[in-house]
Amino acid sequence: MTSMTPAGDFRSSYRADTTIFPTRGSRFAMLAGLALLCAAPLVFGRYELGLLIAIGYSAIAALGLNILVGFTGQISIGHAAFFGFGAFASALLVEWHVPVPLAIWGAGIMTALVGLVFGAPAARLKGLYLAIATLAAQFILEDFFARARWFSGGVAGRVTEPYELFGFRFDREETYFYIVLAHVVVLFVAAANLMRTRDGRALVAVRDHYLSAEMMGINLAYYRTLSFGIASFYAGVGGALYAHYLLFVSVEAFNILYSIQFLAMIIIGGLGSVMGSLMGAAFMVLLPEIVQSGADLLAGGAIDRVLRLGASISFLREMAIGAAIILFLIFEPDGLVHRWKMIKAYWKLYPFSH
Amino acid sequence: MSAETAVLEVERVSLRFGGVRALTEVSFAVQRGEIFSIIGPNGAGKTSMVNCISGRYRPTEGRILFEGRDVTPLRPNRRAALGIGRTFQNLALFGHMTVLDNIMVGRHHLLRAGFVRGMAYWFGGAQREELAHRREVEEIIDFLEIQHVRKAIAGTLSYGLRKRVELARAVALKPSLILLDEPMAGMNLEEKEDMARFIIDLNQEWGMTVLMIEHDMGVVMDISHRVMVLDFGRKIAEGLPEQVMAHPQVRSAYLGEADAAVSPAEIDG
Repeated sequence: MTSMTPAGDFRSSYRADTTIFPTRGSRFAMLAGLALLCAAPLVFGRYELGLLIAIGYSAIAALGLNILVGFTGQISIGHAAFFGFGAFASALLVEWHVPVPLAIWGAGIMTALVGLVFGAPAARLKGLYLAIATLAAQFILEDFFARARWFSGGVAGRVTEPYELFGFRFDREETYFYIVLAHVVVLFVAAANLMRTRDGRALVAVRDHYLSAEMMGINLAYYRTLSFGIASFYAGVGGALYAHYLLFVSVEAFNILYSIQFLAMIIIGGLGSVMGSLMGAAFMVLLPEIVQSGADLLAGGAIDRVLRLGASISFLREMAIGAAIILFLIFEPDGLVHRWKMIKAYWKLYPFSH
Repeated sequence: MSAETAVLEVERVSLRFGGVRALTEVSFAVQRGEIFSIIGPNGAGKTSMVNCISGRYRPTEGRILFEGRDVTPLRPNRRAALGIGRTFQNLALFGHMTVLDNIMVGRHHLLRAGFVRGMAYWFGGAQREELAHRREVEEIIDFLEIQHVRKAIAGTLSYGLRKRVELARAVALKPSLILLDEPMAGMNLEEKEDMARFIIDLNQEWGMTVLMIEHDMGVVMDISHRVMVLDFGRKIAEGLPEQVMAHPQVRSAYLGEADAAVSPAEIDG
């Protein structure tokens, strides 16, 4: 087994042995990455920053789903409904004169409570049966959004306010980007912390061997339900960030296809990996854009004329997404994060990698 | 209630699955500080008995007292928190976790920081608590000589090591009673000797009462203080190891009924 600690790196305290980023190099890389991201608005235009914002709020929701599916081993195909609930809840709180920065977290807590209700069957159901129960959550919430005008504004949707802190409005991509970045950092650090403490270990124990987890003093029903609560909290905050970016929330966005996209994010990124959730979200947000620009280049070109593709080019985008998921499942079932580890291991051992 | 020193009292426990009688009115008591072994042929109900004590099964009849308290209606996680630890006959480690995390799961009921303080890590005392327990877990790791695999993923270890990690995880619960379901199964002689030494140390130095199921008669005779024999779900003997082995019913259970056509001399010969 290849250890990722470099030669000569001896930990002399338990504190040094329990850090999130194990080596000096990885800590430096993370800080450098954050610094570069902070400089992004100086370099990128509105379009690119919009993509980064989308990656940010998707990654937060995907991380929630990963805690549920990847770490606790339960399935949910209703995650987009919770994401949507957070978006509407935050807009509603703002209408009740709650300041946006608080409304985002308040929406997270409200969504967590709803998640606990819909997660209650998890205390009894497993596998496919639980999947169907969460599918029911998706449809119930979607129907609720469509009918409860006081909550969602009905089919017309709901308009909301931009993020405002100390009199400063974060209503452009260049500024709102920092808000999303801050939330991403806080929530990802929180998840990494969770996974190295008592309740995080309990969740993984429930996934790996629930019978023996119970014998080790873990209350199965509590942790199975808690996992839904935490996942919904993350979905709710992600949805709220989405709401205060677009400033308009409507029910159509939160359908089952979007739920499946969240599942695709964590499968492609890496089940049971905190960083994998971010990688998967980035992949799923960027892939359609890249395929689109490829299709745009293709349109009207030589290949298009020879093969008479014409309108079919616009289908390429959807097909490429499906193909990417299938290819990932076959060639990299452990996700992008596994590929990333392989690359790191390769450079660590270079040039003696065999 | 019987003597003050009984850690575990099993009173007329029966367990039925439909028409199958796994256990029939079994009663026994384990005294504090004992190594108590349950032996018997395959299918005698030994593991069922341990499952009733740890809470995996609920007895159809009878009750189980732990430190004088009736634990029969309690779920396994509650019993673990009271101080009943166990290992499994077929390994049941958390396969994707590191050895260290597996053992830290055993500390679950001793740790106080829930998910909110866990997420805040540095601010709610979770870090302090983790490090304090890590120190104690390292003592268990030292004791069971698994320092070299601390950071290994449990599912990748060899069988003998996994058995040892499982024991470490059960010890991490700080149980007053530890249930060992075939701790030596599938081990070579050297590993068995190590395991026997660990069990004796747990009993003498760590002060744990041990209830053990084991097939290796040599080990059972050497380290147990008292032995109980189950056959077809019934208790047929209980007592000191040498008394139990001399018991005629035990001999017939292990060797089969004496056949009229074959004299005992022929069996011995």
